[in-house]
Amino acid sequence: MSERSSAILEVKDLSVAYATPRGAVRALAHVDLTVPRGEIVGIVGESGCGKTTLISAVLRLLPGNAAVTGGSILFNGREVLAMNDAELRRLRGGGIAMVFQDPMTALNPVLSIGRLMTDVQFREQRSTPEKQVAAIAMLRRVGIPDAESRLDDYPHQFSGGMRQRIAIAMALLTNPSLLIADEPTTALDVTMEAQIIHLLRALRRDFAGSILFISHNLGLIAELCDRVAVMYAGEVVESGPVGALFHNPGHPYTQALLRCDPARIERRTAELPTIPGEVPNLLVPPTGCVFADRCPDTIERCRTTVPVPVSLGPDHQARCIRIDNAAAA
Amino acid sequence: MLIYTARRLALTVLILLVTMTLLFSMVYLVPGDPASIALGPRATAAMKAAFRERMGLNDPLPVQLWTFISNVLRGDLGIDVWSNRSVTQIVLEAMPYTLALTGVGLGWAVVTGIPLGAWSAVARNSWTDRLIGVISVSAIAIPSFIVAIYSLLLFAVWLKWLPAIGAGDRGDWGDQLVHLLLPAFAVGLGWVGYIARMVRASMLEVMGENHVRTARAFGLPEQRILFRYALPIAILPTIALLGVGIGNLLSGAVFAEIVFARPGVGKLTYDAVITRNYPVVMGSVLITTAFYASCTLVADLVAAWLDPRVRASL
Amino acid sequence: MSAQASDTSLTAGRAAPLVLERRFGALRRLLRDPLGALGLVLVALIVIMALGADILSPYGPNVTNVKERLQPPSELHWLGTDQLGRDIFSRVLVGSRIALWVAAVTSFFSLIGGLALGLIAGYGPRWLDSLLILIFDSIRAFPTVLFALAVVTILGPSLGTIIFIITIFNVPVYARIVRTQTLSLRTTEFILAERSLGAGPVRVLFVHMLPNVIGPLLILASMDVPVVITIEAGLSFLGLGVRPPTASWGSILNDGYAFIRNTPWMVISGGVPLILATLGFTFLGEALRDAFDPRLRKDV
Repeated sequence: MSERSSAILEVKDLSVAYATPRGAVRALAHVDLTVPRGEIVGIVGESGCGKTTLISAVLRLLPGNAAVTGGSILFNGREVLAMNDAELRRLRGGGIAMVFQDPMTALNPVLSIGRLMTDVQFREQRSTPEKQVAAIAMLRRVGIPDAESRLDDYPHQFSGGMRQRIAIAMALLTNPSLLIADEPTTALDVTMEAQIIHLLRALRRDFAGSILFISHNLGLIAELCDRVAVMYAGEVVESGPVGALFHNPGHPYTQALLRCDPARIERRTAELPTIPGEVPNLLVPPTGCVFADRCPDTIERCRTTVPVPVSLGPDHQARCIRIDNAAAA
Repeated sequence: MLIYTARRLALTVLILLVTMTLLFSMVYLVPGDPASIALGPRATAAMKAAFRERMGLNDPLPVQLWTFISNVLRGDLGIDVWSNRSVTQIVLEAMPYTLALTGVGLGWAVVTGIPLGAWSAVARNSWTDRLIGVISVSAIAIPSFIVAIYSLLLFAVWLKWLPAIGAGDRGDWGDQLVHLLLPAFAVGLGWVGYIARMVRASMLEVMGENHVRTARAFGLPEQRILFRYALPIAILPTIALLGVGIGNLLSGAVFAEIVFARPGVGKLTYDAVITRNYPVVMGSVLITTAFYASCTLVADLVAAWLDPRVRASL
Repeated sequence: MSAQASDTSLTAGRAAPLVLERRFGALRRLLRDPLGALGLVLVALIVIMALGADILSPYGPNVTNVKERLQPPSELHWLGTDQLGRDIFSRVLVGSRIALWVAAVTSFFSLIGGLALGLIAGYGPRWLDSLLILIFDSIRAFPTVLFALAVVTILGPSLGTIIFIITIFNVPVYARIVRTQTLSLRTTEFILAERSLGAGPVRVLFVHMLPNVIGPLLILASMDVPVVITIEAGLSFLGLGVRPPTASWGSILNDGYAFIRNTPWMVISGGVPLILATLGFTFLGEALRDAFDPRLRKDV
C-alpha cells in the first residue's frame, strides 16, 4: 500500500471504450480527475459527455460491453482496476457510496425502506434492531418526518424528493470516504432540487468524507463545489477551483457553456445563445481537439494535435492549444 | 384493494353465468328432442315425459334458462339416469383425484421451472441458457398425452418400475403417491417449460432495472440480490400465469386419467361422453369451469396483493 | 388453444407492409437460427409426407390383412402392422395429411372469424363491444378439453366437430387482437384526417388497419398450428375425432394404446410423427416471430 495520499480518488489517464455492433465507441479518453480529501468536486458536462461512464468505471460497474483501455483509478492509494471481486464488493458501499440519478426507480419497490436501510448495513455486526435505530437516526438527519413510523413504508409511498433523501441516507449509512452523487436533482422539480442542495450543504458540515457531484447545471456546481471538472466528448477539457474556473474560464467550451447559461444573461434578447454544431461521433473520434468542430477560435493545429493540459493558475488547467499560444505571445 | 377484488369477483360471476347460458343453449337449441339428449339413450318414454314436465320444456326459453341457472346456483345439476344419484355428488366425489393430480403436476412444474428460469437468466446466453431454452420450448410443444403414453410405455410396461393403472389403495398415502408420479410428470412437463421461459424473461427484465444496479453499487452479495431483490419481483407475473395454467393442466389431467385409468373428473367425463350421459358431462364441465375461473381469480388477486405498488394503487 | 397468444398491444402508426427487402432479410435471419432451420426441415418433411402419401406408400392405409396383424417393422412393412393387419407406415402418411388439413382449415376459419368479430367489436357501438368481449372471455373460461368433450357429446364425434370446436375456441383470441388494433386506430390522427376527407369506414379498414394487423395475426396463427394439431390428435386418440377406419396420428395412437403390451410399434409410429410435427412447427413459428416481429417476443 502506497503512502497516504492527500486525494481520496485519483483518476489518471483513464480511457474507456464500448463495443457496439457498429464498432468501438470511445467513451473516455485520457481522463484525469482528482478528488482531494474532504472536498466537494463537481463534474459538469452535457448528456453523453462520459460523466456516467467515468463514475461507473470508478466502481467497476461498467456494462458488459465496456472495456478500460488504459489508465488507472486509485482509491485511497489502491488500484481499483486491479481489484478482484471480493475487494470490489468491499469497496462498493464500503469506501465509496453512490446516489443515482432517478429516485423513482433506484429503490427496490417490493421492499420496505426499513428493510433496504438495514440491508445496506449488512457488513456491520450489529443486531437488526440496532441497525434500525441507525436507520431512523439517518432518516431524521436527512429530513424525513416521522422516520420511526415510516420504516415499514414502501418507496412508492414517498415523493421523489423524499426518495432521493432516503437514497442519500442509505449512502451515508455506509460511512463512505467518498460519496458520488450522479445528477441527484435532475429528475426532481425545482423545489425538491433546492431542498436536496440545502441538505447536501448541511451534510457537508458534518460529513467528513469527500463528495463527487455530477450535474449539467452550472449554478448547482457553483453553489456546492470546491473544484470542478468540465467534460466534453469523453475528455476533461478543463478543471480547477470553482471560483477561478467560473470567473476565468480557459477552455472555449467552458466559456461557451457559461455564455449559454440562462441565469447569466444580463440583457434582454430575442435569441438564446447556443453552441452551434453537434457532439462528435465517438465511433470515429476526431484527431486533434474534440471541440474543434464547434469552437469559434480554431486554427489548423487544433484538428491535428490532441491538446495537452495547459496551466492557467494554481490547480487550474485546460486542454487548449490557443492558451498556449496566448501565453507564448 | 377491496374494490378491485369485488369488481373482479363480479366479473367472474358474470362470466360464469354466460358459460352456463352457453352450455344451456348447447342442449336446448340443438335440433332434436332435448329430453333424449339430456337423458341419453337409456331413457324410457316415461322418464322423458317426466323430464319434460320437470324441466318445463314447454315454457318459453328465457324461463327455462332461468330455471336452469337457479338450479345450478342451488347446486342441483340434475340426476344421473344410470345410477340415479345426484350429478353434483358424482362429480364432487371424483374431484379430489383430479385436484391431487393437477396440484402435484403444477407443484413439480413450479418447483422445477422457477429455478431453471432463474438459472437461465443468470447464465444468460451461455450454453446452459440455450440448452434450457431448447428444453423449455420442446416441453411446451410436445403434447402432454404423448408424454403420458410414452412414460407409461417406458416406466410401466418395459421397466415395470411404476404402476400403470389406477390411483392406488385408498388410505395408503405412499401407494397413492407412487401412482401419482407418472401422471403428474406428464401433466406438469409442459408447464415446466412455460414457467422457465416466463421466469427467465422476468428475471432479465428485473436484473436490468435501476434498483438492482443500486443494490450492486452497495456491494450487496450477488446471492442476496438474486434471491431477495430480483426473484421476488420476477415471480409476480408467473403467479398470475399459474391461474391460466390450471386450465391447461386440467385438460392434460383428462388425458392422463384416461391413459393411466385413474379415477377423476376427466375419466368420469370421458366415460359419460361415450355413453352420451349428458347430465354428467354438463355437470362436470360446469364444476371444472367454475373451479378454473376461481383459480384464475385467486391467482390474479394474489399476484396483485403481493406487489406493494399494485396493492396500494388498487 | 393458444395459451401464448394474448392481448398484445400493437402500436398503430408505422404500418408494416412486408417490403421485399425486409422479407428477404428476415428469411436470412430465420435460416441462420439453428432451431428455425431445423423447424423448417421438419415441417418440410411433414409436408412431403402429406403430399406424397399416395405415392410413397406401397399399401393403402385401410387395406386390412388380418393374417399379418401386429407385426413389428420389417422390409415389407416399414413400421409394422396394426391389429387389423394394416400397414402402419401408410397410415402415418395419411395422418400427416389430416394433421395439415386440420391446421389449414381451422387457421383459415379462425382468422376470418377473428377478423370479422374483432372489427365489429372495435368499430361498433360500445355495448356490442362489451357483449362480444364477455362472450369471448366466457368461451375461453372453459378448460379446453372439457369444452371439447361437451360439444362432442352434443354434435357427435367427427373430424368436422373437431374443426368446429378448435375454431370456436380460437376465434376469441384473434378477435381480441384485431379489436385492440381497431380500437387504437379508431382515434389516431391520420384516421380522423382520412375520415374528414370523406373516406368511409371500409376504406379505412382495408387500407390502414389490415396491413398493421395481418402480420402479427399470421405469425400467431403459425404458432398456433402445433396446438391445433395436438388437439385433433388428442381427440382422435380418445376416439372422438376422425371416424374409423380413417387414419389420423391420434387414431393410430388409440389403436396402439389398446395393444401397448403386445407391441410398442403402433404407439411409437403414431407418436413420433406427432412429436416431430409439433416440435417442427413450434421451432419454425418461434423463428418466424423472431425474424419478422421481435416485439411479440415475451422472453427476450
